[in-house]
Amino acid sequence: MAVGKSVERLDAVAKATGRARYTEDFTLSGMKHAVYVRSTIAHGIVTGINTEKAGALPGVRAIFTYEDVPDIRFSTAGHPYSDDPSHRDPYDRHLLTKHVRFEGDEIAIVVADSELIARKAAKLVEVTYDELAVLNTPENILAENAPQIHPEGNLTGEHEFSVGGDMSEAVKASAHLTESSYKTAMVQHCHLENQIAYGYMDDNDNIVVVSSTQIPHIARRIISEALSFPIGRIKVIKPYIGGGFGAKQDVVVEPMAAWLTLKMDGAPVQVNLTREESLSCSRTRHPFIGHAKGGADKDGTLRFLDLDAVSLTGAYASHGHAIAQAGGAKACTMYPRAVIRYHARTLYSNMPTAGAMRGYGTPQVVFFVENIIEELARKSGTDPLEFRLKNVGITGDINPLNNKPILTHGLKECLEKGRELIKWDEKQKLYKNKKSGNIRSGLGVACFSYASGTYPVLVEGASVRMVLNQDGSVHIQAGATEIGQGSDTVFAQMTSETTGISFEKVKVISTQDTDFSPFDTGAYASRQTYVGGQAVYKAAVELKEKILKYAELITGQTIDRIIIAGDKVVLKEKPEVTVITMRDLAVDAYYHKDRGGQITAEVSYKTRTNAPSFGCTFVDIDVDVKLCKVYIKEIYNIHDAGKIINPLLAEGQVHGGMSMSIGAALSEELLIDDKTGRVYNNNLLDYKLPTIMDMPDLKCAFVETDEPTASYGNKSLGEPPVISPAPALRNAVWDATGAKPDEIPMSPKYLFKVFKKSGII
Amino acid sequence: MFDIKQYEKAESVKDAVRLLSENPNAKLISGGTDVLIRLREGHSEYSELVDIHDLEEIKGVSYTDTGDIEICAATTFTEVVDSEIINDVLPVLALASGTVGGPQVRNVATIGGNLCNGAVSADSLASLCVLDALLITESAEGEREIPIIDFYLGPGQVVLGQTEILKSIRICLDNYAGYGTHYYKYAMRNAMDIATIGCAAAVKMDDGKIETLKISFTVAAPKPIRAKTAEEFAVGLEPTEENIKKIAKQVMNDVTPRDSWRASKDFRLHIIETLAERVIKHAAEDAGGES
Ligand SMILES: Cc1cc2nc3c(=O)[nH]c(=O)nc-3n(C[C@H](O)[C@H](O)[C@H](O)COP(=O)(O)OP(=O)(O)OC[C@H]3O[C@@H](n4cnc5c(N)ncnc54)[C@H](O)[C@@H]3O)c2cc1C
Repeated sequence: MAVGKSVERLDAVAKATGRARYTEDFTLSGMKHAVYVRSTIAHGIVTGINTEKAGALPGVRAIFTYEDVPDIRFSTAGHPYSDDPSHRDPYDRHLLTKHVRFEGDEIAIVVADSELIARKAAKLVEVTYDELAVLNTPENILAENAPQIHPEGNLTGEHEFSVGGDMSEAVKASAHLTESSYKTAMVQHCHLENQIAYGYMDDNDNIVVVSSTQIPHIARRIISEALSFPIGRIKVIKPYIGGGFGAKQDVVVEPMAAWLTLKMDGAPVQVNLTREESLSCSRTRHPFIGHAKGGADKDGTLRFLDLDAVSLTGAYASHGHAIAQAGGAKACTMYPRAVIRYHARTLYSNMPTAGAMRGYGTPQVVFFVENIIEELARKSGTDPLEFRLKNVGITGDINPLNNKPILTHGLKECLEKGRELIKWDEKQKLYKNKKSGNIRSGLGVACFSYASGTYPVLVEGASVRMVLNQDGSVHIQAGATEIGQGSDTVFAQMTSETTGISFEKVKVISTQDTDFSPFDTGAYASRQTYVGGQAVYKAAVELKEKILKYAELITGQTIDRIIIAGDKVVLKEKPEVTVITMRDLAVDAYYHKDRGGQITAEVSYKTRTNAPSFGCTFVDIDVDVKLCKVYIKEIYNIHDAGKIINPLLAEGQVHGGMSMSIGAALSEELLIDDKTGRVYNNNLLDYKLPTIMDMPDLKCAFVETDEPTASYGNKSLGEPPVISPAPALRNAVWDATGAKPDEIPMSPKYLFKVFKKSGII
Repeated sequence: MFDIKQYEKAESVKDAVRLLSENPNAKLISGGTDVLIRLREGHSEYSELVDIHDLEEIKGVSYTDTGDIEICAATTFTEVVDSEIINDVLPVLALASGTVGGPQVRNVATIGGNLCNGAVSADSLASLCVLDALLITESAEGEREIPIIDFYLGPGQVVLGQTEILKSIRICLDNYAGYGTHYYKYAMRNAMDIATIGCAAAVKMDDGKIETLKISFTVAAPKPIRAKTAEEFAVGLEPTEENIKKIAKQVMNDVTPRDSWRASKDFRLHIIETLAERVIKHAAEDAGGES
């Protein structure tokens, strides 16, 4: 039995020893290197471009400008193609642009023999502009006479929903009302491996792109659209990838790599972003500005939540309004019995483009929800934990958005478990007299809800092929991509679990090649274990049946009497009796002259369920008021992610998400000058990504519900850990100091203002 | 990926002076943790290099005959942190050196490079200022000694001539013996960060009162500074909480921090005052004074 065990990651040794090969490790002779010429202003029209000096530099092979690229608008968002035109992302960009929309926009590109030469040449390209007003606040973006960032206007998208009953009734019925405005900063994924891709042609017809992508099959479609080049003549290969967190669910450099090799007669051309480019010229998390209202009964029953959010998508839509949409929708199952209204607008702005990032809008929306819940609890005089326990959903509650019952809702159990682990009641008492002086102590809690995929908004399909090898081992090809989260490993565990073949004999082909790998939309939306797992299960059942049928054919033992146990087929009732070894069976299937054939199973399956996933964070902190610093003494994430397939990998996911959220809560923000649109800190010195020295001991626990819609009882866990730590920390700072922060990051600079305003410094 | 046009490896300090004299465009590289960053950013003034990395002649920490401490310029921060002498008698420098970057950076970054680079945030700086370090250099014109406080001209600028090499940093016996010391680096991260404000203090006590206070700040002005008003004010005071608060207030007369996107001026002033209180208190306790 492999499911539920902490087996070692399939790629652990390869990655730890440096054998795993990433995109940059592959070289081709004659490789050229391309570097963008980026705008030095945030908004304007290019009036002149002089490439003479750059072109004269030895080793420069070509310089292309916006005048040379196809007049095709495309979208880089890594969504599956939608058969519903209203669900398609805005097709709002060209490969290069004359209208520059943020500092770092792509005007031209230099191709040279080395990256160094290309970078030097790019600096020599002279560009003149007609400057336009820089729009970076909702007020000036929506001002009547504001310049249009895109021809369609400055509003990328807007929607509203109201569920659970009548809002005005709920307001009237509330004994306690509260409202506040909140803000979350622009943060960035900071995956170790920057965006990189190279393109080449090994014949006259086909383009090959090797890329560090989460979504090889979607990348192929977008390249095809951007170049108007047949999809069947494009092949995308994804080797090992050094992290993505959603930034690589966007097709940032691949269409350019493909176009450049076409222009360069098939020569290999690599586009390799620097850290600075990756930070501010790829994708970021949408900053949200919002207003929240809430109401509760006298007895602390939550009556309503009313949220209004503005999401800034930056220069290009990328995932655009889908983020704000998803963020609102996924937050609804936390408090499913309240009236919930959510209104969101997404605006273009002259700042770096925001796209998908772990949590996909939910961290922002849940920050609003869990802040206002905290305010309501305090206002109604209820312990914030008791308030949540009273109001969170339970199994059987109806998801107000789709009117379907929630089959597994472990949030309450998570809260109860967290209460014990952090010793909530004990510390509450202890900290009562630690609320004055310079070092103050506080506790914080926050909940979250999420989904397991994107259905019914988007298609949720996965495909898997399994092949029995001559030695009785199994190869799995899946369209789902391993991006560090461990999907290869859990697929192998599932296959072993369902077929009975030993785990050690299951190999997952980690590289996707769209010419060979079956179709899957890729790694995002915390979908792979849930959605991919269903295809794996079906393929494993099919493979097992084929193997047993063949065993019956050659041994005469009937299929109802035999099972696979490790490396052998054995008698079900007497497992010590070997019917045939897997190896002998496979050799027979491959090489017997009159019967058999390669034993394979291939499944492509569309999931039409989407299990909500839950959890919470508990945190215990000290605040050094004068230094404006927060010290985390203890922090727990508790998750209901259904059955845990691999506890060690699950813990790893949780730790990673918690650290991302702690960074967003306390230190990370891309700083942009409102007036000029200048990005101040697109480097890891000034962008305060926490180091290991800034991380507390991260702890987690699981409440294992058994989700009936999943093949192995499992629900999402990839993104959920990143959602609740930030609001829990905000609530703890408020608890400790009595000063209420309403923005993240709660950096010392921001806390200085908050503490000053409340008079504690 | 560095655009290096010329590279010479010096065999000795004399050899380095010669190489610098022969090529007026040449710059020194020691650990390279500042130089290579500049080169990566495309600053071509660092494209011709004279390498003094690992010159034994300017590595190591030792006592002189007179009890002074000699820290050679090419000593790495790891070596400083691990040095028995430094830990015994200049613990404040060990403390400060341990805050530089991370282990990998400290393994190559040199204390001489830290000073010569001219960054007002350099982490060895405040401690060396309260220790009244003397910088000993050699150039085509010969040797000279420069008090550390005179070494800085402004952000990124030091008094070194084109052929001048920092050989060592001397701390005189009088400037360390009998002092209690402390350093605090205020930064946004606990590693891999530049100081928002750096503060070092050295306190000598006499009969329960402060005989001498030396207090230095980095990033509190365009150059590293000693807070002279506060230092004079402190003489003769008992290091009580109240007095320390008063001394810290005096520091405000000596600092002129910038208002920048990295941190606002009023925030920096607040941190300067807070650090002054804490660092003086700690140094006074270290010197045996109650507080
Ligand atoms: C990731 C990272 C983190 C860092 N963190 C910190 C930090 O926390 N605190 C901090 O203070 N610094 C930090 N730094 C900066 C740097 O490491 C230090 O300033 C270091 O001490 C420089 O020493 P070096 O030997 O590497 O200097 P180099 O880069 O070799 O030289 C720096 C400058 O000094 C000149 N120079 C070097 N040696 C001599 C000499 N003997 N005589 C005359 N001129 C000389 C060079 O010409 C150059 O101008 C960091 C750097 C990096 C890359």
